[in-house]
Amino acid sequence: MNSIKLTLLAGISLIGFSAIQAQEVKDILNQGKITGNFQVDAQYYQEDSAIGAVQPNEEFLTNGFLNLIYTNSGFSAGIRYESYQNAMLGFPTGYKGSGIAYRFASFTKDDLSVTVGNFYEQFGNGLVLRAYEERGLGYDNAIDGIRVKYKLFNGIELTGLVGQQRLYFEKGDGIVRAFNANINFNETFESLKDKKTKVIVGGSVVSKFQEDNNPDLILPENVASFAGRTIISRGKVSLNAEYAFKYNDPSLDNGYNYKNGEAAFIQASYSQKGLGVSLAAKRVDNFSFRSDRDASQQDLFINYQPALTKQHTYNLLATLYPYATQPNGEMAVQGDVIYTFAKGSLLGGKYGTGVQLNASFAYDINRDSINPLEDDSRNLYTSNYFETGQRLFRDMNIQISKKLSKDWKMKLTYANILFNQEVVQGKADVPMVSAHVGVAEATYKFNMRNSIRMEGQVLLTEQDQGNWATGILEYSYSPHWFVAVIDQFNYDNPKGAEEHYYNVSAGYNNQGNRITLAYGRQRAGIFCVGGVCREVPAANGLYLSITSSF
Amino acid sequence: MKKVLFGLLVVFGFQTNTMAQSKLPAVEVKTMEFESFNTSEISNDGKPIIVNFWATWCSPCKRELNNISDMYEDWVDETGVKLVAISIDDARNMGKVAPYVNGQSWEYDVYIDPNGDLKRAMGVNNVPHTFLLDGKGNIVWQHNSYSEGDEYELFELVKKLSKGESISK
Repeated sequence: MNSIKLTLLAGISLIGFSAIQAQEVKDILNQGKITGNFQVDAQYYQEDSAIGAVQPNEEFLTNGFLNLIYTNSGFSAGIRYESYQNAMLGFPTGYKGSGIAYRFASFTKDDLSVTVGNFYEQFGNGLVLRAYEERGLGYDNAIDGIRVKYKLFNGIELTGLVGQQRLYFEKGDGIVRAFNANINFNETFESLKDKKTKVIVGGSVVSKFQEDNNPDLILPENVASFAGRTIISRGKVSLNAEYAFKYNDPSLDNGYNYKNGEAAFIQASYSQKGLGVSLAAKRVDNFSFRSDRDASQQDLFINYQPALTKQHTYNLLATLYPYATQPNGEMAVQGDVIYTFAKGSLLGGKYGTGVQLNASFAYDINRDSINPLEDDSRNLYTSNYFETGQRLFRDMNIQISKKLSKDWKMKLTYANILFNQEVVQGKADVPMVSAHVGVAEATYKFNMRNSIRMEGQVLLTEQDQGNWATGILEYSYSPHWFVAVIDQFNYDNPKGAEEHYYNVSAGYNNQGNRITLAYGRQRAGIFCVGGVCREVPAANGLYLSITSSF
Repeated sequence: MKKVLFGLLVVFGFQTNTMAQSKLPAVEVKTMEFESFNTSEISNDGKPIIVNFWATWCSPCKRELNNISDMYEDWVDETGVKLVAISIDDARNMGKVAPYVNGQSWEYDVYIDPNGDLKRAMGVNNVPHTFLLDGKGNIVWQHNSYSEGDEYELFELVKKLSKGESISK
């Protein structure tokens, strides 16, 4: 009898115990969340000899990926499955097949945060380190390894990492080791807490290792780079400056030049209600930094050097002559002014008027060749710091935006562009392109749900492919539907016939889901239609895109 | 063993039913003065929050935020909503975020996500992408892209949330 009771008691308490455990397990699991996103792009390609488009052997190409991230309080883990069957035209051809291209686990415990597996990271402005992704362009230089972040006191953040970089479905040869420290003085020092002037100082060391397997040259196996930066702000004014230095790093990019590299960037801004001013300048000398010295194209970059030019969105401006940064050498300046004429003022009218001015200038650096017979340093040139070389790019543009009535809105843009095709695009014996670009955009709202947007664009040039005109009509039925028609027209082309690039597209979106279907010819660049901007490669044919966030 | 399996089934079955609604992930972003800021600190006193991903180079994004800006004061007065604008501008343009935001006289809380860390954590494919959080911080709605007039639907949802109504379908 007793033994039965005992067994029963034990049984009940066991059930009770396991119930408690189950409850705890439930509680823990119930805090967990899975989020993610999905995208698939598919294109059927048509032969189109008029614009030189060829049909690939596969006829039909698809890119897709799915991100899954599990988060539970301080812990998170995730994977990305990617599939290229085969990669769409314009994408790097290294993408082939399918697989888990990204997986990580990370936890944060108090001031310590650890990530193992793949991760992205940026130090400061990215001059010495930036691992990032741009899925629409197939750019991904994620690091696979270990990263540790630690908050030492208030305002002091330390980051250390080691790993190898992603090269499509493989990894690059080189090992990247990097350390960064940031100090926010106003947070760290109690006495500065309430000061109006805010100061942040940061420093980085980034080094790569790659075996010397060259029979002819003695190559540095370890290459170190350093960066120091400061951000100072006081009310309406702020200053962001960074300087970076790199020891000799002979590579395919720089023609196995043993010269040390350096890069400097400075940006200042002033802004108040209705007015914003920004000025920036940079100088880059021999600063291509990759974890494989023989890598080319967009592969295995450790650092990031943004172009100091306006990132245009109108397609003729964005896709025909966009400047690309020159890591081997470049000096550039850029200025921006944004001003809003207030409502009710003479130029502001009833709704106010917006004006944006932007100008950017980019030059090669000055280079004096070194005679290798007189100098055995294997430095290929010396450079005068303050002297410029040939012109690479110039863009001067103005944009005026105006709400005309409750239903009408207008935007007018003019840009004047000089573009060095030889250096930026690597073409031989071609003249500098000088182009005038004008864009008029209008939006008309029929009512709360129905609206139409119209764009007319003209690009006039006597060089390269001659003149272009673009017309866009976009009708949207908020919040789910849109239809758009685009025609780009190339005329007065000294090299070819007049050609239309037509494109029709329609889309539906609901919550985080979006489906777009398009047919026609399309140029490469940042492509904005139906309310979304995405960087797309050049294409021709029938195109389907599905994206989802959950 | 069977019991364990059954237990696990129950636990996971339960889990799929009542799994926590998503909240804003805790990610380090930057203020417009480039100071570090953790998104777990975003709050609005039990009122709804709009989180909008945008960029200075994205015209539909700017159209959306400028259109909302015209009505934002009324929205705040009526519902107490707060709009948090997350710029995904990288080093190329992040210095232009403050001049643009102030030049347009936006009254939003603006943060910069220069390396896409928050964008990745929230599963954002393209900009503009808008999330709506209820008073408890649960993500209850999202929308990708912008067409003229989308702001009216958004405000209807905000009004419902501010009254404590559910907006799930």
